[in-house]
Formats: sequence, structure tokens, C-alpha cells
Amino acid sequence: MAELNSPDDLPAVKATHPAREMAVMFFRNYNAVFGLILLIAILLFTFVGPYIHTVDPFEMVWAPFARPGEEGFLFGTDYLGRDILSAMMAGGRVSMAIGLAAALISLIIGVTVGAFAGYYGGWIEELLMRFTEFFQVLPTLLFSMVIVALFGASLLTVTLAIGVVSWTAVARVTRSEFLRIREMEYVAAARSGSAKDGYLIFRVILPNALPPIIVQANLMVGSAILFEAALSFLGLSDPNVMSWGQVIGSNREYILDAGYAVAIPGFAIFLTVLAISLIGDGLNDALNPKLRQR
Amino acid sequence: MTHPLLSVEEVVVDFETRAGKARVLDHVSLEVASGEILGIVGESGCGKSMTALSIMGLVPDPPGKVTSGSIKLEGRELVGLDHESLRRIRGKDIGMIFQEPMTSLNPVFTVGEQIAESIRLHENASPKAAMARAVEMLRSVEIPEPEMRAKAYPHQLSGGMRQRVMIAIALACRPRVLIADEPTTALDATVQAQIFDLLQDLQSEMGTAIILITHDMGAIAELADNVAVMYAGRVVEKGRVETVLSAPEHPYTKGLITCVPHLEPDPPIEREVLMEIPGVVPALTELGVGCAFAPRCAEKIAQCESAKPALRASPDAHLTACWVAEQEAGR
Amino acid sequence: MSAGSRNSALVVEDLKVHFGGGSSLFGPKPTVHAVDGVSFSVPAGKTFGIVGESGSGKTTTALAIMRLVHITAGRVALGDTPIGELEGEDLRAARRQFQIVFQDPYSSLDPRKRAGEIVREPLDLMQIGTRAEREAKVAELFEQVGLRPEQRVLFPHQFSGGQRQRLGLARALSTEPDLIVCDEPVSALDVAIQAQILNLMARLQRELGLTYLFISHDLGVVQHICDEIAVMYLGQIVEQADRVTLFNNPQHPYTKALLAAVPTVHGNKRDRRNRTRLKGDPPSPVNLPTGCRFASRCPIAEVRCSKVAPPLEDRGDGHKVSCLLV
Repeated sequence: MAELNSPDDLPAVKATHPAREMAVMFFRNYNAVFGLILLIAILLFTFVGPYIHTVDPFEMVWAPFARPGEEGFLFGTDYLGRDILSAMMAGGRVSMAIGLAAALISLIIGVTVGAFAGYYGGWIEELLMRFTEFFQVLPTLLFSMVIVALFGASLLTVTLAIGVVSWTAVARVTRSEFLRIREMEYVAAARSGSAKDGYLIFRVILPNALPPIIVQANLMVGSAILFEAALSFLGLSDPNVMSWGQVIGSNREYILDAGYAVAIPGFAIFLTVLAISLIGDGLNDALNPKLRQR
Repeated sequence: MTHPLLSVEEVVVDFETRAGKARVLDHVSLEVASGEILGIVGESGCGKSMTALSIMGLVPDPPGKVTSGSIKLEGRELVGLDHESLRRIRGKDIGMIFQEPMTSLNPVFTVGEQIAESIRLHENASPKAAMARAVEMLRSVEIPEPEMRAKAYPHQLSGGMRQRVMIAIALACRPRVLIADEPTTALDATVQAQIFDLLQDLQSEMGTAIILITHDMGAIAELADNVAVMYAGRVVEKGRVETVLSAPEHPYTKGLITCVPHLEPDPPIEREVLMEIPGVVPALTELGVGCAFAPRCAEKIAQCESAKPALRASPDAHLTACWVAEQEAGR
Repeated sequence: MSAGSRNSALVVEDLKVHFGGGSSLFGPKPTVHAVDGVSFSVPAGKTFGIVGESGSGKTTTALAIMRLVHITAGRVALGDTPIGELEGEDLRAARRQFQIVFQDPYSSLDPRKRAGEIVREPLDLMQIGTRAEREAKVAELFEQVGLRPEQRVLFPHQFSGGQRQRLGLARALSTEPDLIVCDEPVSALDVAIQAQILNLMARLQRELGLTYLFISHDLGVVQHICDEIAVMYLGQIVEQADRVTLFNNPQHPYTKALLAAVPTVHGNKRDRRNRTRLKGDPPSPVNLPTGCRFASRCPIAEVRCSKVAPPLEDRGDGHKVSCLLV
């Protein structure tokens, strides 16, 4: 018999660029597309809006507590008679920047700590995980208040404070994924292909560990925005910078008389967090080759 | 054959999948009598396990559905029975053991508790009596120190021991039919031999009918009385083990026997090239009008691609579904 | 050039791999003697098989030779290269000469990488050739193992089990190694697919003059593909012979029991009952007995067996047996 090593036929192979394939997968996911449209709308509102609606968010433009729609104020005015629409536009940029930056910081710290702990094991893992536990047991709000109190309430310190207190969850997730994946045979295969530690960590294990990390990062953007709101609410954020949290914080005493002044930024935060997690979810699926086939 | 204990007649099971409708069992007929072992062989995806699930009334619905056919246990129709009646039959009349004993056992209960539990599910026994029966069952599956082992958790036992526990659970209520779905795949050769011995003993002592699902023709040869070879959801050849193995007619059966390097007491000095079955089992959503094996078949003729062959008796009283075999017999 | 001259032989001397040991918070940790003094050599271009049950140490032996687990003691050399002693960059460079094919074709391929990338990975990591040369090499490897070059862009999950094992072989072949360690390469495959892979491996050996170290629990497969076979039990070789002798004239009671345990198509119900059976499971490699490690399950063991450990002795023609009684 002839050497019968013929491949069993697969359907015709179409060579598509990986990025293109990923985009196709992403845009086929209605939830992700909805999230993307929502985020674009929010970005347009906050970045293009101020050029159309040119009212200084810190300026008193009318009597306090104009109801939304009253006297042409779409979202009404706050307790100082400032335009809430302008505050929402200006505040959105800051809230989103803080949310993303803080999430990025905690992602970098968390993934690094978790990856090294999970990959090397032994005393390195012990040390890094005790370090993580130390941060985990700190009362986060209190700790970030201390940082802000020590270094002053600027955008930078607030972002750093949020990032520094929220990376532990990422580290835990990363470590447990690394512990699981490092035992896989494809890691051993790469090692026998003479891969170095760095390659194994960042090119082999990390890409496979991404899904739960992305989910965690998504949650973090949202919680960072909320965290900044909490700090503003307590009056610990930068008072010279308008953010959504600032709007909530400054109007909190009048919540019974002017609930809209708190509800509007609250709803904006909700929409942003929703948009980002829908996108994150879609990205996660698009990055996974197993779901990409059809 | 006398009256079969369990008979599967023309059973059709369809699955609705995203890729389309798949006929996972296509007019499958099997029968097994008391004290007999029926072997079912084939590659994965051929419908072996689905046959077992349809007998147990466990075809996942949706997406699956028993479209037609009948399954009778001592003349009693099982297809279309309500969940409660099926639940009572499972375990009491038909027991089943699986490939991976670790995942089939509950890690948080002792093995004694798990056997007693399955006794109490089907019989009116006091907890104490059930536990005593459980210890007895462990003894009958030849577990040493059964009183002590009954108090052990699954992870404290070896793989072979766990499979014995699974057999004890399956046999706790003395079912008349035992379905063993690749019961030794996860076990070592010497342990596999012990489990096979145990199954044979149980069959001869308790008169249990056993359906043994496997991919190992050797196990069929040494254990089974009858064999059914399945391919792509259909039975392609069945009959007495001696006849099917010594004079296989279907090219797939021939392939399954010759493609595996069998242990020879006197191996030839020159190594031979193994006979291959090229390609893979087709997706059940992509079956054409012809014989499903035709694309992999070295002997195929024109007819094979235009119509599906039906099971047909050959002179030595076994059944084959193959156009080529039919043609040769007619000559 | 003859195939043999390109390759170098594998020599393993008194290899030991112990896990655990030391102490922890909860007292001393037990030492697992996974491989405990294993010696053998494989001539270039030949296939050496190791059979045994779980816990016999056969896979650990393979991983130790691949330098994927820590070697406790002993010497491993491939030709002139002392692969057991190399570290760091030297080890990385030497890896070109020895590659591995794993058992599970599902977990041995990175699900996030494309087939072509997986096969090219060792070449990329060792920076062998230019980028274009590597691509061409990968295409050639795909053809060599019976895949189509255009399938390079697919992901592992888009292949069947047999095709995935072909990918594993292509990856192992990419660096043009002398030795390929095959750790149960067909055990996870469907019976009909096993033959395809075994024939492919035999063909590649003929064409490329490869040396195989073949680990398996399947005696039929080992008999088919190996030139010389060692039977391992609890970290040690208990019997070793060429393939004809081992199956024709097995000496060690464990080898005999193992052979008797395998059901064959030539067998039948009646013969089956007349064979000797081993009782129980293999003991754990944590608490090793002092004498012969097989004594507790051995059907012919005597008192002295549990006191004196039998050496692995050559009984003529390279047929080595470790048993006091035969």
C-alpha cells in the first residue's frame, strides 16, 4: 500500500488577516457593538459637546435648582446655579480618564505580581502573595484617603491612589490562571523549543490567561469611576476639576430637593460602565480563536 | 436467540445543532439477553455512547430527540416514558458505569454513603441496612477491607478502586442490564484485566446482561458474546463475536481489526506497515445519500455513493450493511 | 551519507529523579522516587521503547531527558553533548538536537497561536535561518507530515486529533533534531487514527534517520514500533530486551503479567480465565519497599524477595532481567 498519509480534507482555508478576523468577530456581537456605539456617544458628548454648548461649568449662570428643561437648561442647574449640562460634559472627560488610568495602573501592577508569583512559585510566590494580602486587608477607602491627604488632592494622586488599592484582585486572578496554564503541555513544548522565561510568561501563558483578566479589568474601570465619585463625595478629590463624582458630591446635601442633580451623573456613570463592560466582553470573545471560527 | 431481555428496535435520534440537523442514531437495532455480553465498537463520534444514553432515557433534550423506534426492557416500552418512571428504571433495572470514575463520584461523600444512597433511592431500606448492603457490595466487587473502604472518600482510592466503587453503585440494586461505557480507558493494563474479570464474574453469577462499549477489539474478543460495530450513527455489522472477528465482512470492521498493532507472542523480525483507515469520522451534519464510510473505504463501488446499504444476513448468520459484501455474496 | 552517521546515540546512566523531600511547615515532605537509577542507551536511528503502568516513572524519565524536570543524579548524553549537565544558554542551544511529542494533542498546542506559528516557534526562538527561510521550512514540514501548507493559518482547534498530532510532529521536526522523545504519542487518538500516526513516524524515521525514545503503556504499539524495549516498574527497569526476545521469551513475572493482561483479538473467553492476574494496584513511589519493588504483587515471590533488591543483570544477548528467581 502506498504511504497513505493524506490529510483529511478540511473546508477550503481562507487566509484572513488576524486583525480583520477579530474585527469581524467583534462586530458580529450585537452587545459589543451596542457598547461601542454607547461609548462613542459618551465620548462625543464630553469631547465635542463643550464646543457646541459653551458654558463654563464653574460659572453661576442662573438661580440654583432650575429643574431640567427649565429656562433652557437641559439638565437644570445645581445648588450654586451652575449649568449641570456643562458640568456633565467637563466631568465626563475627567471621570473616564481617571477610570481608565487607574484601571491601567492596577492592571500593570496586578498582572506583574500575579504572573511572577504564578510562574515562579516557591519563595517568590510566598513573598508576592503576602505582599498582595497586605494590600488586600487594608481598608481601601481609608487608605486612599490617607494617600490623598498626604500628597494633596490632585488628579494624579487620586488616580494613583485608586490604582494602588485595587490591583490585588487582578493579581489573584492572574496568579491562579498562571498556576493552571504553566502545567499545560504547550508550555513544556515551548520550553523544549528553548523559550526563555520572559517568552513563556508574556507570549505563551499570559495570552491564554487573558479572558478572566480582561473581565477583571472591565470591572475595574467601572469601580475606579465610582471610587473617584466616592472620594469626591467625601470632598477628597481635586475641587478645581469637574468630574461626575464631583457633581454628585457637591449636590449630595440637596438630594431630597434636587434629586436630578445626583441622578444625572449617576446615570452617566452607569452608562459608561455598561458600555465599557460590553466592549470588554466583545473584545474577549474576539481575542479567543475558539469562538472566532464561524 | 431466546427472548431478549433488552431490545433496541430501529431507534432514530436527531440533534438540532447550529450546523444543521444531525442524525446521531440512524435506525439502530440491538438486543441483549440475560447473562450475555454485547460489545459495541467504533471510533468516537460513531454513536456508541448515544446508544447507551438512549437506553438510559438520558438523551439531552433539547437539542436531542428520540425521533422514532422503540426500546423494550422485558417487553416494556421505555421510549416516551415520563421522567419519574425512567428515573425508577435507571439504577434499579438498568445500571451504568462511565469512563472516568473520578468525575462520576461525588467528592464530598464517602463511597459507602454513595452506594447506600443509590440503594435508598430505589428501595425502602433503613439507612443502617443500606450501609450494610453497601459494604456487602464493596465486598462483592473485591475491594479489600470493605468496612474500612466504605468510610473512604473517592480521592483516597486508586483509579481501579474507584471504578470498582462505580460498579458497586451501578449494581447496588441488582439491575438486569449493566451498560459499561469504556469502563477501563483510564486504567492501567493490569487493573483493566481485573475489572474485566469482575464484569465477567458478575455476568455469570448474577445473570446480568452487559452492554460493553469500547474501541478495543481485543476486549471484545475476550469478553463479549455478540458484537455490534457502529459507524456514523448506524450499525454496520453485528453478530456472534467468533464469526465477526474471524470473518469480518464490512471494510470498517476489517479496518478496525487490522489497523491496531495487536500484541503477538511471536513478533515478526521485519516490521510491517500498519493498514490504515484514511481520514476521519465524518461530521454527522454532512452525511450524503451514500454509505457514510464510502469516503474512507478502499473497496468502494459506484453503488456506495448513491444509496445507504441496509443490514443483510450473510451465510454464517451475521449481519452486514455493505454493498460490496452484498455483491460478493450474490456472486 | 548514511542516516546513522548524522545522528548520535542517547546514553542514560543511573538516572534519578526525586521529587519533594525537605521540610515544610507541616513536617518533613515525603520524597517521591519517580525515577530511581535507570540506565540504557539507544543506538542512532533506532527506536527504544519504555513501557510501564502509571507511576512507573516512564514519563518522568522522558521529561528528565528533555530537561523539563530536574535531574537529581545521573548522566544523560546525546552523542558528544552532555545534555544532563548543560545549563542556561548552552542548554537552550543544545535543545535543537532533541525534541518531544506529547501525549495529548489538545493541550500540547497553544490554542492562541496559528498552526504555522506553532511549528515555527522553535525556529524563531533559536533564530535559525531568516524569516523567509523559516516560513519555507514550515511549509515543507507541513507537507512532510501530511498536512497542507495552506493550513498554516488555522488554529489548533480547527484540526482533528490526528492532524494535531501531525502538527506536534512537525514542530518536533522543525529544528532537525537527532532524537525525538515520544511520550504516549498515540494514546489519546482514536484507534483508526493511531495507525496513521504510527506509519508516519516509521516513515519519518526511515527518511530522516531519527532516533526515537518511545514511551507507552500500550504493549501492542510498543511491539510494533520499537527495536528495543525496557519494562519499568516503580522507577526502575525490571526487564529489557529486543522486541522479538521480550515478547517471545519474557522472563520477569511483571512482564509476563503485563503481557497476559492485554486482551487481543486472538483471544477468547475461555483462554482469558486461565491467565495469571496481578492483585491490587502498583504501590506508591513514596514508601518504597526495601527488597524487590514488585514483591508485594508478584505471584511467585519468596521471602528473600522482600529483603534483597535484585540487580538488573544481563542474561545473554542483551536480555536484561532484574529478578532473583528467574
